[in-house]
Amino acid sequence: MTSAIEAEGLVKDFGKVCALDGIDMVAREGSVFGLLGPNGAGKTTAIRVLSTLLQPTAGRATVGGYDVVRQPREVRRLIGLTGQYAAVDELLSGQENLYMIGRLLGLSTRNARARGKELLDAFDLSDAAGKYVKQYSGGMRRRLDLAASLVGRPQFLYLDEPTTGLDPRSRLELWGMIRTLVAQGTTVLLTTQYLEEADRLADEIVVIDKGRVIAAGTPAQLKMRIAGQVLEARPVDPADLAAVEKILSSFAAGDEAAYNDGQLVTVSIAERSALGQAVRRLDEEGIVVEDLSLRRPSLDEVFLAITGHLAEDEPDPRDDDHERSST
Amino acid sequence: MSAVSVALPATGRTSALRNTLTIARRNLLHIKATPEQLVEMTIQPLMFLTLFVYVFGGAIASSSREYLQFALPGILVQGLAFLPFTTAIALNVDFQRGVIDRFRSLPISRSAVIAGRILADGARIVWSIVIITAFATLLGFRFGGGFAGAVAAFVLAAAFGITMCWPMAFIGITARTTESVNTWGFMIILPLSFASTAFVPLETLPGWLQGFVKANPLTSVIDAVRGLMLGGLPVARPVIQAVLWMAALTAVFAPLAILRYRRRV
Repeated sequence: MTSAIEAEGLVKDFGKVCALDGIDMVAREGSVFGLLGPNGAGKTTAIRVLSTLLQPTAGRATVGGYDVVRQPREVRRLIGLTGQYAAVDELLSGQENLYMIGRLLGLSTRNARARGKELLDAFDLSDAAGKYVKQYSGGMRRRLDLAASLVGRPQFLYLDEPTTGLDPRSRLELWGMIRTLVAQGTTVLLTTQYLEEADRLADEIVVIDKGRVIAAGTPAQLKMRIAGQVLEARPVDPADLAAVEKILSSFAAGDEAAYNDGQLVTVSIAERSALGQAVRRLDEEGIVVEDLSLRRPSLDEVFLAITGHLAEDEPDPRDDDHERSST
Repeated sequence: MSAVSVALPATGRTSALRNTLTIARRNLLHIKATPEQLVEMTIQPLMFLTLFVYVFGGAIASSSREYLQFALPGILVQGLAFLPFTTAIALNVDFQRGVIDRFRSLPISRSAVIAGRILADGARIVWSIVIITAFATLLGFRFGGGFAGAVAAFVLAAAFGITMCWPMAFIGITARTTESVNTWGFMIILPLSFASTAFVPLETLPGWLQGFVKANPLTSVIDAVRGLMLGGLPVARPVIQAVLWMAALTAVFAPLAILRYRRRV
């Protein structure tokens, strides 16, 4: 199989802050490659380097065989970029946005108009085609943003946190659209801090934290990094949480303790028999549980296990970029 | 989502000029979306002209009519000095919203974004000159410098408006927020436009201020435009000074703005 996007020892410094500290990755053509990590991990910086918006401090990267530093124009011909913030023009209509990009890409007036219409139809925006984007909902903007990055029929689509801030329904819709594009042969590079998103969409994932790759593999492989399964219990009475935590801790694999989030107690277990034992112990103590289940670990837990900290939400979603330039 | 063809690469040629025209069109379409911009471009200079002429006119000159003759060239140039605020703010907003990222990820000429911005402002500048001159003529302004003088004055004024786009573009690209664009812009343009010969003759100013006013590039431009419009005043020296100032400002701020544009990430 052809490798479509390759990075080798990619480093990017912003003064004192090292946003990328030697990233290696290979994304195959026609696949969804997920770049997963918390805010400030370096995901946006990686996308910006791979889309020629930023020059790397060291290392090299190629997209479709073209070097991002030496052949930026060729790279730009192949890519479509959808940023963290919907980079569409609020003071133009949806139709005018797509028309403008078509014209910038060298389409004739007629073709630019036709391409815009085709995309508006495909993204269910025909009814709002003539409305100013400032009147669009968040979900409509994201759809238009995605449509805008597809005007030039890119072989490589970069999606930088495409569903951040979207409601669950819009998120599902966008996931569906991304799958359709991949089915049509587009290679997608996706950054996300939603582990579920990477799990659902990506064929392969690289987990980055503080500018370094800390894990790589398929979602299934990453989940294997936590041995066994997860047992979780939710007591009806929150007063029982401490007791539940104590009981579940006794089944923990290794010396790990149960994790109590204030509603739900979670523990990684080594043996399946723990479920039956847990039922008996809880019953003996007279604790009534609302929910008691055994499941495979989520990528969240994998992330916690690998990095030692949770993928937390930070106030500034552009945290990657705060060292960019001064006022 | 139904099938969207993604297989074929986009065909077509792009040129820097065409890209520039597309961006300029986009910027001018913004006026349609924000009608207050049209008010700002049209009503505001007229209001300014009316207020200045009828409020201060009698006090500064012997009559409003006489003051109109003196002040119109000043008010025109002063208005053109403020107009490129749009350049600064629009570029700043484009950076913040990620629109510039989109442009830069496209295989288009990198200078087209700034050039298109300035071309659009060129159209606004022409509009502003036409509106204010037409209105002043209605109020009784008379060209004393003949047709050639009037045309030369408009060309010079428009060239000055374009020149001012560069430092304002620089501020717009450099500043992090639109608030700081406003702060810096006003701190620079306001003293330059008032401490000039726009509203009062040089001789009426205190000696220490005269030095500043004489060195102010706006004074050269205003004197040149005034001389060309009214006739009977020395024009050669202020015109040469104005052209040199414009060349110098462009030579300094155009590369700075473009450099900043390339570097800002």
